[in-house]
Amino acid sequence: MRTFFEKLEKLDRRIIFIFVAVALILPLLVPLNIKFSSTPPVQSFYDTIEGLPPGSKVLLSADYDPGSMPELWPMHLAALRQLCRKNIKIISTQLWATGSPLAERAFNEVAVGEFHKKYGEDFVNLGFKEGREVVMVSMGNSIPQTFPKDYHGNNSTDLPIMKGVKNFSDLAMIVNISGGLPGTKEWILQVVSRYHIKLASGCTAVSAPEFYPYLQSGQLAGLLGGMKGAAEYEQLIGVTGLGKRGMDSQSVAHLVILFFILIGNIAYFSIKGMKKEQK
Amino acid sequence: MFSAELIGTWVAAGLTLFCFSFLYKDNPFYKFAEHLYVGISAGYWTSLEYHNVFRPNLWDPLMRLDLNLLFTFPGIGFTYMWQSIILIVPFAFGILLFSRLTKNFAWLSRWSMALIIGIFAGIAIIGYGTGDLILQINANLLPLWTGNWLSSLNNILLTLGVLTSLIYFFFSKEHKGALGNGAKIGIWFLMISFGASFGYTVMSRMSLLIGRIYFILGEWLGIIS
Repeated sequence: MRTFFEKLEKLDRRIIFIFVAVALILPLLVPLNIKFSSTPPVQSFYDTIEGLPPGSKVLLSADYDPGSMPELWPMHLAALRQLCRKNIKIISTQLWATGSPLAERAFNEVAVGEFHKKYGEDFVNLGFKEGREVVMVSMGNSIPQTFPKDYHGNNSTDLPIMKGVKNFSDLAMIVNISGGLPGTKEWILQVVSRYHIKLASGCTAVSAPEFYPYLQSGQLAGLLGGMKGAAEYEQLIGVTGLGKRGMDSQSVAHLVILFFILIGNIAYFSIKGMKKEQK
Repeated sequence: MFSAELIGTWVAAGLTLFCFSFLYKDNPFYKFAEHLYVGISAGYWTSLEYHNVFRPNLWDPLMRLDLNLLFTFPGIGFTYMWQSIILIVPFAFGILLFSRLTKNFAWLSRWSMALIIGIFAGIAIIGYGTGDLILQINANLLPLWTGNWLSSLNNILLTLGVLTSLIYFFFSKEHKGALGNGAKIGIWFLMISFGASFGYTVMSRMSLLIGRIYFILGEWLGIIS
C-alpha cells in the first residue's frame, strides 16, 4: 500500500497535464451544456447598463492585450452588444497600446457588423494614450484635449459623437475591460472617487478577488470576473460566445484538478501516518 | 489559396504547439518560440513608443516650428513658439535617463527619476487616500444587527475578519493571550482569502488554455465551429 501511495506522491506531472488536456478538449468537442445562473455582481453589471437612457454616452476603456483575450474578449463583445442594443453612444479609449487593435476589431465585429452603427456618430475609437493614471486625471479636465485625434487620425472635436463631451461629467458611466495595470483599480482610485461616475468592470479571474471589496463599498457598479463572469453575462444578453462555450471545459477541468489535489493529500497524509506507525 | 490570414493562422498554431512542447520538456522548438516572442515584443514596443509617444508629442510639434511667424505676428507667434519650445524641457529630462549608461554621469538620471516618481507618487497618494483608505474604512463600519439573520451574520463575519486580520499584522506586542487568539483567527481569514485567490488563478489559467485549444480546434483544424 505504501509503495502505491509513494508512487502517487511522485506522479509524473506530465500525466496530470494529459488528464487536464483531455478534460478541456472533450467538452469542447461534445458540449455538456452544464447549467449555471448569474451571480449578483454580473447581474448588477447588466442592470447598470440596462438602466441607462438610450442616446447617453458611455466610455468603454479596453485596457488589455491579446494575452488575456480568452477571458476578456467575450465580455468585451457582450458589453458592446448590450450597449449597441440600447442605442447608447460609445467612446472607446485604451490605456494599453495593444488594446487599440482589439477595440477596433470588436467595433467592426459588433457595432458595424451586427448593428450597422456609424463611426463618429454612434461610436468612436480614440485610441491609446501613454501615461496611465496621468491620462485618467487629464481626461477629468478635458477628454478632447487628452485625445485630440482619434485612432484613425481624425480631429476628435470634429466628430459628432464628441459634441458636448468635455470631461467625465458628460458621460453616463465607464465600462472598463481590464487585463491588469493600469486598469480597474486605477479607474476606481483616480476617477470614481474623484469624479463620482459609475464604473462597471470586466476583469481577469486573477484580479477579480482584489475588486470584490470595491463592489461591496459601492465603488464598482458591477463586476465580471474571468471566463465565468463572461459566460454569465453572455447568458443575460442571450448570446453564445467563447465564455459560455468554455464553461463546460472549465467545470470538468476544475473537477480533475480537485481530484488530483484530493489524491495528493490522501497520499501525503497516508505516508505520514504509516511513518508514524513504524516509529 | 494562400492568404495572409491563412498563413497567420498556421504560424500562430505552429508557435502555440512549440510553446506547449515545453510541457514535455525543454527543447529547441520552445526556445525558438520564446526568443521570437521576446524579439518581436521589443521591436513592437520600440516602434509603438516612437509612433505614439515620441513623434506626436515631441518631434512633430518641434518640426512645425516656424520662425517667420514670430516676425509676422509677434504676439501669437511667441505663444505658439513657446508651446513648442517648452517641450525641450521634458525632452532633456528624457535624454538624462540615458545617462545611466555611463559611469561618470549616471547620477544625472536621478533628476528625471525624481520627477517621474514625484508625479506618480503625488497622483497615487490622492487616489489611495480617497478611494482606498477613507471609502474602504467607511464600507467596513457596518451594523452588526440589521434585522435579518443572514445579512447580520455576513456583517459580523466581515467585521471579525477585518479586526482579526489587522491583529495578525500588529507586531508591537507579542502574540499571546487574547491578542494571540485573535491573530490565529486572523490567519484563518487570510488563508481562506488566499485560497479564494488561488482558485481564481487556476480558473484564469484554465481559461487561457481553453482559448488556445479553441483556436487550435476551431480556427486552425476547423473541428469545432
